[in-house]
Amino acid sequence: MVNLSRENGFNFLLAAGLLIIPFIAQSMDEPFGITLATRVAVLALAGVGLNLALGSGGLVSFGHAAFFGLGGYVAGILAHHALNYEPIMLSPFEINGTTEMLIIWPLAMLVSGLAALLIGYFSLRTSGVYFIMITLAFAQMIYYFAISWPAYGGEDGLPIYLRNTFPGVNTMDPISFFLIAYVILLLVIALVHVLNNSRFGAALQAARQNDERLSAVGIAPFNIRLVAFVISAMITGLAGALQADLLKFVDPSALSWHMSGEIMIFVILGGVGRLFGPVAGAALFILFESIFGGMTEYWMLFLGAVLLIVVLFARGGLVGFIAGKARHG
Amino acid sequence: MADKKPILTIKNLYKSFGALKATDDVSLDLYEGEIHALIGPNGAGKSTLIKQISGDYQSDSGSIHFLDQDLAGLGVAERARAGLGRTFQVSSLALEFSALRNVMLAVQSKSGSSFKFFKSVQKDADLIEPAMQMLKEVGLEGRADIPAAELSHGERRQLEVAIALALKPKAFLLDEPMAGLGPAGSKNLTGFLDQLRHQAPILLVEHDMDAVFALADRISVLVYGRIIAAGTVDEIRGNPLVREAYLGEEAS
Ligand SMILES: Nc1ncnc2c1ncn2[C@@H]1O[C@H](COP(=O)(O)OP(=O)(O)O)[C@@H](O)[C@H]1O
Ligand SMILES: [Mg+2]
Repeated sequence: MVNLSRENGFNFLLAAGLLIIPFIAQSMDEPFGITLATRVAVLALAGVGLNLALGSGGLVSFGHAAFFGLGGYVAGILAHHALNYEPIMLSPFEINGTTEMLIIWPLAMLVSGLAALLIGYFSLRTSGVYFIMITLAFAQMIYYFAISWPAYGGEDGLPIYLRNTFPGVNTMDPISFFLIAYVILLLVIALVHVLNNSRFGAALQAARQNDERLSAVGIAPFNIRLVAFVISAMITGLAGALQADLLKFVDPSALSWHMSGEIMIFVILGGVGRLFGPVAGAALFILFESIFGGMTEYWMLFLGAVLLIVVLFARGGLVGFIAGKARHG
Repeated sequence: MADKKPILTIKNLYKSFGALKATDDVSLDLYEGEIHALIGPNGAGKSTLIKQISGDYQSDSGSIHFLDQDLAGLGVAERARAGLGRTFQVSSLALEFSALRNVMLAVQSKSGSSFKFFKSVQKDADLIEPAMQMLKEVGLEGRADIPAAELSHGERRQLEVAIALALKPKAFLLDEPMAGLGPAGSKNLTGFLDQLRHQAPILLVEHDMDAVFALADRISVLVYGRIIAAGTVDEIRGNPLVREAYLGEEAS
C-alpha cells in the first residue's frame, strides 16, 4: 500500500508538472514550450492506448501507428473536404467534411476501432513474435497504401490549413489547444483506470498472466483480447487526430513503423502497465529529443541506450523505478 | 448404475501425436454421484484424455457427450461454461493475482458476462463473498490476499480446487489433485472429494492408490492409451492384467 500511494504521488506530480509547463513557457514568452507540452500530452495519449493492450493485456502490438495514422488522416481528410466544400462521397448518401473536433474525434475513433477489429481478428489468433510481426505487417500495408494514394497527398501528406474547431474555445491559441489535449489525456487515463479494475479488466489481466486459466473458468481469451485491442486502438486513434491538429498536417510517417516503435518506447520507458507510464515515457522522450536532438543527429542512439538500461535493469520503467513493483489487489 | 443416467459419455475416442497413439479407442462414462477413477502408469494418456474432454486437444475421432450435448466443435471456455470444472496436473493460475482474485475470476464467469467495464471488482461483494466461501471450503481463507505466485505447492493445488468449485460444475475433471500434497494433505483432500461427489460426479486421475481405492466407485485402467480393464475397486484389485501392467509395478 506504501507503494501505491507513492505511485499516486508520482502520478500527481507528472500531471501537475505537465499542466504547469505551458504556463511557465508562456510567461517566459517561449511558445515552443507550449508545443512541447502539447506533444507530450498527445503522444502520452497514444501510449495510454497501447498500454491497455500491451500492459494490461500483454499484447505486444508493433502496429499501433496504423491507428495513430488513421486517426490523423480522418482529421486531415474531414478538414480537407470541409475547406474545399467538396463532399467526401455523394452516393448512396452525401457525406461532407467537417472542422468540428467533436465530430472528428468520434469518427477517428470509429475508423481506428474498425481497423483494429479487422487486424485483431486475424492477428490475435497468434501470439509472441508472430503477433508482433502480423501487427507490423498490417500497419505497413496501410502505410504503403497512404503513400501510393495520391488523392490525399500521397507521400507529401495532407495539410490542415486551419486547426479544427471546438465550441467555445479558440483552438489556434496554443494554451487552449494544449488544455484540450491535456483534459482528454486525463479523462482517458481515468477511464483506463476504471476499465482495469472492472470485470473486463480482470479478465484481460488474467489473459495476460495465463490464458489457459482464463479459458478453464469459461472466459474465452480471444474475445476479451479483441475488445481490448479495439479500445486500445480507439484511444491511439484519438491521439492521432489530435496530433494532426497540433501539427496542422498529417503524412504517412504517422503510419510508419517508426511511429509504432516510438509509441512502444513511451510505454516501456514509463513503465509497462503503469497507469501514468506513458506520460512519464512521452515526457522523457520529448525531453531527450529537445536536449540531445539539437546537439546531434544521433540522439536516438542515446535513447536506445536508455531504453536498453530500462529493459535490462528497470523493468517497471520510470514509474516502477520510483514507486516499486506493481501489485494487484 | 442402471437407474442413473450418465452425465458424461465418451465413445471410441482416438488421439495420436505422430506415430504415438495417446488415446486408442477409449470409451467410458461418468454417472451422477460417482467418482470414476482413471489410473495407469506415467505416459498412459490420462492427461491427454482429460484434455480431450476439456477441449484443449482436438480428438482425431470419437465422440464426447456431456449432459446430452455433443461437445464436438466447442472450445475450452465453452465447455467450462457448459459445466466442466477441471484442475490441472501442473497448477495453472493467474500468478500475479491473489488467491481470492483467482477464485473471483471463476465467480465472475459463472455470474454472467465479463464485458462489464465500469464497476470495480475490488469492492464487488457479488464476486468477493462467493469466492471467499470457496476458499473457506478448501481451507485457504487465511491466504486470500496472497498472490498465487507466493502460495506453496499444496496451497496452489487447493486453490485449483476452489476455482473449480466456484464454477458450480456439473462434472469435475481432476488431474492428479493429490500430487505433491504429502500424506496429511492427501488424507484431507480424500475426505473432501468423498463429499464432493454428491455435488457433481468426478472423473479422477490419481496416482495415490490409497486415495483411489478409498474413493472410487469405479476404476478404469489405462495403459498405452487403451483401457485394459474397468470395474469396481474389488474387480480391479483382483484383475491379473492390472496387477501385471500397473499395480505390480507400483508394488515392486
Ligand atoms: N502435446 C503433446 N505432443 C506430443 N506428445 C504428447 C503431447 N501430450 C502428451 N504427449 C504424449 O502422450 C503420451 C501420454 O501423455 P499423458 O497424457 O501426459 O500421460 P499421463 O497423464 O497418463 O502420464 C506420452 O507419451 C506423452 O509424451
Ligand atoms: Mg498426466
